[in-house]
Amino acid sequence: MSGESKQVILDPLVDNNPITLQILGICSALAVTTTVSAALVMCIALTSVTALSNASISMIRHHIPSNIRIIVQMTIIASLVIVVDQILKAYAYEASKTLSVFVGLIITNCIVMGRAEAFAMMNPVSISFMDGVGNGLGYSVVLLVVAVIRELFGSGSLLGVTILPLVNNGGWYEPNGLLLLPPSAFFIIGLMIWAIRAWKPTQVEKPEFKINKVENL
Amino acid sequence: MEATLGLLVKAIFVENLALSFFLGMCTFLAVSKKIQTALGLGAAVVVVQAITLPTNNLIYQYLLKDGALTWLGLPEVDLSFLGLISYIGVIAAMVQILEMVLDRFFPALHSALGIFLPLITVNCAILGGSLFMVERDYNFAESVTYGIGSGLGWALAITALAGVREKLKYSDVPEGLQGLGITFITVGLMSMGFMAFSGIQL
Repeated sequence: MSGESKQVILDPLVDNNPITLQILGICSALAVTTTVSAALVMCIALTSVTALSNASISMIRHHIPSNIRIIVQMTIIASLVIVVDQILKAYAYEASKTLSVFVGLIITNCIVMGRAEAFAMMNPVSISFMDGVGNGLGYSVVLLVVAVIRELFGSGSLLGVTILPLVNNGGWYEPNGLLLLPPSAFFIIGLMIWAIRAWKPTQVEKPEFKINKVENL
Repeated sequence: MEATLGLLVKAIFVENLALSFFLGMCTFLAVSKKIQTALGLGAAVVVVQAITLPTNNLIYQYLLKDGALTWLGLPEVDLSFLGLISYIGVIAAMVQILEMVLDRFFPALHSALGIFLPLITVNCAILGGSLFMVERDYNFAESVTYGIGSGLGWALAITALAGVREKLKYSDVPEGLQGLGITFITVGLMSMGFMAFSGIQL
């Protein structure tokens, strides 16, 4: 693998993560993270849609008139999502039931649109495909971390296998019910952003107002 | 009437699109720095939601649903797999038409909402509303109510968040948590507050 495509894949994982830095695609990211298996299916779906839409949009990028490009991109993305949705319904019906509307919402997932608009419109096919894979993986990393935390501490299991035996099943672990509710996803992502920015201080946003440090009180 | 009111309250508070289904998060976080802009975007979402949901409802009931084409003499046709692409098409077209109508007849409103309208096409709350409508099989009247209610709920949430963030910028937030991090935690707390509404029924 050449240096450039490696960088395009690895860069979105932490340094330029679509969720924690670019604020893209959070919409669906939070709702499907109560169990790891749902998150996993969602990650695979989103990564393949982003990669394929990037590749196909890049393929026809010289032929799209710029004033209707959004509609063209939308149609391509919507068709890919329909394919994914139908495949899920045919081969993984249970998973498609748990994900319910969120598979359809990949269409409006800002990562897909954002990468199509920002990267695929200007770059050749293979590198655009790589960029799609990379950003899909960046999304997947965040999603899986959140899902592991929520499922492990919220219901004491991972992928449905019991890790921490629950009190009401005769074990010792008292599950944290908050982690199964919507607000916990926000807290976990907020704290993740904090952790990433403590590690990579260049990502810290400039404060709008500086509070003067009072010394020698 | 009671059922309508119940659905409205449920759509605004209990099943708030932004705070309990995480829909429209990208714009929710990006455009909530000032109350003024948040209000404008909120109003635009209410209008678009109130128009597109009933339109998509008609399309679903009379064109796409299993057996919906009976009036054409084609009772066995099931076009529901075309749903996603039709709804997003309707939303994109409606936003475009709305923008042109506003530009022609209400220029003041257009310049106030102008920049937000294109953003709405890719707002998950709008498409999410349509998909929930299909999943729950709402009829036409219910879809009008649900459209207005869910739009209002989203507008309420973004305006409240903008209010909090306007005050928040004067506070001493730890480095690294500034900006996006603290916003996420604020939204989490708001979402917990909204959970207090669950169980309300009229």
